[in-house]
Amino acid sequence: MTVPCPPFALTDRAGETRRFPAGRASLVSFIKEDCHTCNLAAPLLEAFHQAWGDRADVLVLGQSTEGNDVLQERHGFTVPFLDDSACTTSFAWDFEIVPAVYWIGADGEVKTKLEGFVREEWQALDRQIAADLNAGPAAIAWADLPEWRPGCGSKHLDPEIHDKLQAEADDSPIRARRIEIASADDIAEFMFDQGFSDGLPLVPPTAERVIRMLAGTPRAPQDIVAIVPPNMAPVTVEKIAINAVMAGCKPEYLPVVIAALEAVCTDEFNMHGVTATTMGASPVLVVNGPIRERIGMNMRLGALGPGSRANATIGRALRLVVRNVGGAQPGGVDRSTLSNPMKFTMCFPEWEEGSPWEPLHVERGFNAEDSVVTAFAMTSGPVQIVDQESRQPDQMGGTLGLGLESMFLSKIHRMHTDALLVVCPEHLATLTSEGPYSKARLRERIQAVTTRPLREMVANEISGAGITLAMAAKMTDAQLDTPVSKFASDAYIHIVVAGSDAGKFSAAFHGWVTGPMGSISVSRKIEC
Amino acid sequence: MTTILDPTDERVPVERQITARTGDITGVIGLLDIAKPRGNILLDELEVLMAARYPKVEVRRYAKPTFTKPCPSDLRLKIKAECAVLVEGLAD
Repeated sequence: MTVPCPPFALTDRAGETRRFPAGRASLVSFIKEDCHTCNLAAPLLEAFHQAWGDRADVLVLGQSTEGNDVLQERHGFTVPFLDDSACTTSFAWDFEIVPAVYWIGADGEVKTKLEGFVREEWQALDRQIAADLNAGPAAIAWADLPEWRPGCGSKHLDPEIHDKLQAEADDSPIRARRIEIASADDIAEFMFDQGFSDGLPLVPPTAERVIRMLAGTPRAPQDIVAIVPPNMAPVTVEKIAINAVMAGCKPEYLPVVIAALEAVCTDEFNMHGVTATTMGASPVLVVNGPIRERIGMNMRLGALGPGSRANATIGRALRLVVRNVGGAQPGGVDRSTLSNPMKFTMCFPEWEEGSPWEPLHVERGFNAEDSVVTAFAMTSGPVQIVDQESRQPDQMGGTLGLGLESMFLSKIHRMHTDALLVVCPEHLATLTSEGPYSKARLRERIQAVTTRPLREMVANEISGAGITLAMAAKMTDAQLDTPVSKFASDAYIHIVVAGSDAGKFSAAFHGWVTGPMGSISVSRKIEC
Repeated sequence: MTTILDPTDERVPVERQITARTGDITGVIGLLDIAKPRGNILLDELEVLMAARYPKVEVRRYAKPTFTKPCPSDLRLKIKAECAVLVEGLAD
């Protein structure tokens, strides 16, 4: 923070500029109109001026324009009453409570500082100043005053004022370029015109909002979090905070956005390819751990859709950073043929409490009490899997398998592609109705019910996709009869639980190119 | 007036100049396969055509490990060191 007693030059009621320091001993006080204790102290400050104004600079600073008018009217000040309605001097002097009184020697040393009103302290100050100036005490009937009155919070600490002052201060954490928008311009339209938007309106990232956003993380604003593809641009915590403000995030969401960026800006996740592919891939974020509850994420009714600010804006903030800092713009490096709405946002938490299984982050090696975000590169979803009739666990597992078989194209099997299966509570209840039904068993069931002979993948008159006729001609009957399941490995099937109690509707997200040649899902611990 | 903060990357990109066009094709020509299916077929045909039209030009073939990721910097530097011109079989 700033050093105590920085210089100032403020105007008094007559419009004259009063400066501090001025080479004399000074009694500098700060008051505001809507503070009862300040009004109690105001006549005392006037009495101090009457007693010693010829020997010291007695200055009173008021903290609001209208309030100063009222104080002047109410107390009839002859003491120089200065306008600190911008609160810049109050901010620079860095006290908390008004009235605040500083008795400062000619050498600039603060001899006494008082906040609020304690009669004994003010009396002692009276004696001290009189002694220092070789003068008599001020004419104050101390016995008529209360022994103690609490002060009020200084006006410069009001959040909207303080954040603005901090943003403008010399030690401001803000380094980003400031863009001035003329009052005649519409801010929302301006931001659309600048290309900052994903197509939806943005919250203007004012310095005050960004300062508040930065309070959501212990990380330093200029820390570089990641190198963002496709332009390989370094992104600081501050730049993430700016985009998080635009996305509509609360400060407490920021650690999730930061961890999500760390996850997608890895060689494994390959955000460049995820952005550039014509297939229209996008990160899907799954959040686990205590932070879900703490920031109010929705893991129940409508978890994959609109309505939750946290779900919606965390995913959007990630996308805006990749767009605005990384340069991933549709029609530029983003070459998606159709694209998909997940490129606006896709983030949801797992309902760990409703699941008998290890949550996703524990499966992936984290502690249950860790908060973790996991990023998957997905091209479709959520695709509903509907079954209102199955009552047997393996029937339910079979349905989920058949639902996943539609991924990309139902005839294509032995795929090296991730799928993220979101099992709804009613389907989960059916799966576990006869006892535990492990994730491993569900994966086996999915693979079993989707197993087909290779010959069903050969191109035919219905669909030319799959094994070409030329390749098939070189294969033996035994080879063509080889049974193959939908997924080349059980490890491609990722399973989480979410959703409301009512409804037999699970859902799946379908992946992209999975593996070192494409994208590998990445988890990052959320530091908060 | 409202002041907002710039949400974009503020680095100033380096301006790059297009190499001067001489009207001739000389030196080593690189053909880069980005590893998209059938990209090699296009480049095979191109190599045949170039060999016929520019018999004195040497053609060298290169391939990215995967089309989904940017060209590895080692390969990029190798191509830069060896070739006067590069033709990339860009997908889609």
